[in-house]
Parts: sequence; structure tokens; C-alpha cells
Amino acid sequence: MTAGQAEIRIIGVGNSFRSDDGVGIAVARSLRERLSSGVAVLEQSGEGTALLEAWKGARAVVLVDAVQSGAAPGTIHRLDATAGGIPQAFFRYSTHAFSVTEAVELARALSQLPPRVIVYGIEGRNFSAGEGLSAEVAEASAAVAARILDEVLSLQERETPCTNSPSCQIAS
Amino acid sequence: MSGKTIKVDYLARVEGEGALLVKIKDRRVTDVQLKIFEPPRFFEAFLRGRNFSEAPDITARICGICPVAYQMSACHAIEDAFGVEVDPPIRGLRRLLYCGEWIESHALHVYLLHAPDFLGYEDAIRMAKDHPDAVKRGLSLKKAGNDVVNLLGGREIHPINVRVGGFYRLPGKPEFAALAETLKRARDAALETVRWVATFPFPDYERDYEFVALRHPAEYPFNEGRLVSNKGLDISAREYDQHFAEEHVAHSNALHSVLKERGSYFVGPQARYSLNFDKLSRLAQEAARAAGLGEVCRNPFQSVIVRSVELVYACDEALRILGELEIPARPAAECRPRVATGYGCTEAPRGILYHRYRLDDRGIILDAKIVPPTSQNQKTIEDDLRHFVSANLELPEKKLQWQCEQAIRNYDPCISCATHFLKVRVERE
Repeated sequence: MTAGQAEIRIIGVGNSFRSDDGVGIAVARSLRERLSSGVAVLEQSGEGTALLEAWKGARAVVLVDAVQSGAAPGTIHRLDATAGGIPQAFFRYSTHAFSVTEAVELARALSQLPPRVIVYGIEGRNFSAGEGLSAEVAEASAAVAARILDEVLSLQERETPCTNSPSCQIAS
Repeated sequence: MSGKTIKVDYLARVEGEGALLVKIKDRRVTDVQLKIFEPPRFFEAFLRGRNFSEAPDITARICGICPVAYQMSACHAIEDAFGVEVDPPIRGLRRLLYCGEWIESHALHVYLLHAPDFLGYEDAIRMAKDHPDAVKRGLSLKKAGNDVVNLLGGREIHPINVRVGGFYRLPGKPEFAALAETLKRARDAALETVRWVATFPFPDYERDYEFVALRHPAEYPFNEGRLVSNKGLDISAREYDQHFAEEHVAHSNALHSVLKERGSYFVGPQARYSLNFDKLSRLAQEAARAAGLGEVCRNPFQSVIVRSVELVYACDEALRILGELEIPARPAAECRPRVATGYGCTEAPRGILYHRYRLDDRGIILDAKIVPPTSQNQKTIEDDLRHFVSANLELPEKKLQWQCEQAIRNYDPCISCATHFLKVRVERE
């Protein structure tokens, strides 16, 4: 199965050469070997149109990126983008003209947003050129990876084959 | 009150971080500053001491939108230094890769960054609610460009398959065949794009620019040609430093480029088009004429049409290359280092991108110089704003600010590319 067909996709966003900006990629890489088949792990730079392609056709997406919202470094934010908008200032670290927030909102406007989109933001400390994560960010990345494994399990439980029975319709 | 100030603290819909300041006093524009506060990048310093073979991959990291341009200028400059001639099929495939990057970059700018200005939307998201089909068309074009770069470059952004002398690995014929189908659909979408943007309202505004672009005897320029202008410039890339200078200005982290003899100049799609209309494919020429463009376009707001015409050309040219495709016998020409300085200039989506490398006998880079398109256009952008605001002082404040931002986006500035260097000056008393 290719990534383009997986029902559940984990998307790590960032740049490993800009220190803590690479945390999304680090989480994705740590999950690659730990997830069952049927779950794709993707790495993205955060360029919006590529993101739109990356989640096209997915049933559920968990996206991880570094953020700079003013909270303490290592703070973990969890947003359910299915429910509502992502605060504009959240991913403003990206210098892309069209980035994560815009991609989510554009997909919503075009009715192309997957049914479930969960966004993890990890507050970064250092975004300068270089490799490696700050200590508190590395710690948060391990915690986020563990939480994503749980998220995937609960997403997969919802995926139990639907026989279109009345109970299934109620559940959904 | 006789004085007013137009201030945009954070420019939206441009790559990178910049701001604009226009000061008006007694109905006169007294100051215009396009401020670039994206931090300096020091890429030229990173290159010193690295092997020549690393230059395409290191410089590709300067920009996520036009990495192919950096790879191409780096390869051509180093091949110039070592006296390497690439095989004709490799040359064709490089053009094909470059077509992919133009399609990616132009589709993004036309649809998601620039169109909202003309249609009166804050951004593409709000525009998408009213114009979903147009936005989907833009995204499908961008995807077609991604597919080209993916196939030849190994991935969509920061391709990894380009090396000095050619490519690391070449795809097989069936993979190219699938691409042709995508590009045929993209070409139709590009033609529709030209028709769509031609209906936009354009401010009546023209200036007598000095356009600078490459010109090649047989083709619309990507990788090769002489640097020419409509005011008499006609030089090889080797002579670039004799004719162009970079100046540091206090309000910007990006250097301003000038022609030593005449000052500001204009690079990018509109310059390429106006200097090379005769080299466009017939289909692209017809699309331009039907959209009401002449062979020279001096209204920078119409750059959105020119970019769309180049989308048609890039799809058309990619299909031409695929139609005559020959898989080269070897993926790359052999490169033997020698002590030399090499020069390369290619046409990035936003205009000419100049690279110069001085190399030793082991192929180690002793020094490098990179001049990206946006730093070359900065002065022209400021000049445009000065003229445009002077001529439109009667516009309501909000509309004037809107059109000032639009005037900057006419150039599709890539601020991340432009801030590659900062001169530090220490003054002592």
C-alpha cells in the first residue's frame, strides 16, 4: 500500500536543519517503525499545497509541527482542526507564503479536509540553523509520539468494519 | 494634516518576512522602504571549503519554491569552470525539470498569492469559497509541476537527483509517458488560466523599465543564453560582475542589485516575455494575444497574465521535450576539477539567478557568489511604489495600501532567497 492510499496518515512537518523546527520530522521518524500497516508516516516541509496532496483521500490525519505561540518551550498543544479553525498566529514561524494553517483552511473551504484532522504543536525554543532539538523539545517529542500511538489506536477502533447496521449508523 | 504614512508591518502572501513603509509629505512621496527583516542566510560562506559536488544540494536549500533554479545555476557555473559539456539529451531533461519548477511556482503565485488581490479577497481561503473551481484548477496545475520535479528530481521540494554534469539516476521511458498525460491536462488548465486572469481589472500603470533576461538564439530561455536588456546590455554570464553591483541599504537585510551604468532594472517573467516573445511557442503566443497582451508588457500588474502565459509555455515545452525524448546513454558527464572560476546564470521562476564559484585543483570551493532575482528587483519594486503612490494620492487610504501590497506581489518576491548576505560595517570615532 502506498502512502496515498492509507486511511490514517501521520504527517510530520518541519525542517531538520532549523533546530527545534525539526521536531515534527523527528516525531514522524520515531513512529515509522512502531505503527501497524495501514498507517502511513509522511514527512513534509510545511508547504501548503504539498500538504493538501499529502492528506488527500485520508480518513484521519495526525499532523505534528513546531510552534512558537509564546508558551514555554516543550509545551504540547493539541488542536482538533475538524472542529474549528487553527489560530492564525499559531504556525507563523513558517516562512512559506502558504503553510499549515492556510492549507487546513483552504482544504476546509474546498470540502477537501479529511473527516478527522488532529494537529499537535510542540512549542520550540531555538529555530536557528543547525541540527538537534532542545532538551525540553526532545522530551516533548517522545511524549507526543506516545500520544499519537494512542490516537491511532482509537482511530483504528472506530474503523471496525461497518456493516451498515443501525447500530453502526448511530455510532457514526 | 499634510503628511501621512502607509505602513504594512507584515506583508502577507509573499515568501519570507518583509514590511513596507511609504512616507508622504505635502502631497509628495518622501520615502519608500521595502524592508526585509528575514535574517541573513550566509549561504555563500557555508560553501567555502566544500567540494564542488555539494554545491547543487547546499544551494537548493536557499529556497523551497525554486530549488531547481539554484541547482541549475550551480551546475552550469561549475561546469563552466571545469570545461564540461553536457550531452544534448541531458540538456533537454534539465529544461524539462525547470519547466516543472516554473509550473509549480507560477501556479502557486497566480492562484493562491496574486489572484485574491484582483478579485478583492483577503486571501486564497476566502477566495476559494466563491471560486472553488478556479482554486482547484490552480492546485491541479501545481500538482502537475510537482509531478515533473518529483520524477526527475526524486522529490517535489529540494530535489536530490541533480548533480554537476547531469543526474544521478534517470527514470525509464514508461515513467515519462505517464507524465505526458498529466501535462496535456495541465496545458489545458494553463490556457484556461490565461483566459481567467485576462478578465481581472488592471490599474492603468506603465513605466519605461530596463528589462533584463537571458536570450538564446533558438529557444525561450531557461539554462542558457546571453544577458540582454532593452537598453543595450548584451553580455555573457562571465561579464556579470563588471556590469552589476550589489549595495547594502540600511532598511533591508537583502542587498540591492543595480546596473552600474543605469541603476535599477527588472527581472522575471515580464522581462523574459518582453525580451523573448518571438521565442515562445505558437500556442503561448496565441494565448498572450487573445488575452490582449502586446509583445512587450510594461504594466507590472499584468505580470499575472505573463506568468500564466509562461505556464502555457512551460507545459507546452515540457510536452515537446517528452515527445522527442531520448534516454541518455549516461546520466552525467564526467567532471575533472581544475583551478578556475566558473559563472552560471539561469532563469529562475522569478528571474535571473547568478552564481560564481572559484575552485581549486581538487574541486574545493574557495569562494562563491549568489545573486537571487528578488534582490535584483528590490529597487524596481521601491521605484514602482514611489511612482504608483505619487500618481494615486487621491485614492482612499485603504485602497491605496491594498494596491501598494499588490504592487509588491506583482514581482512575486521571494524574501527568503534575497536575504543571503549581510555586510557588517563598524564605524569608529
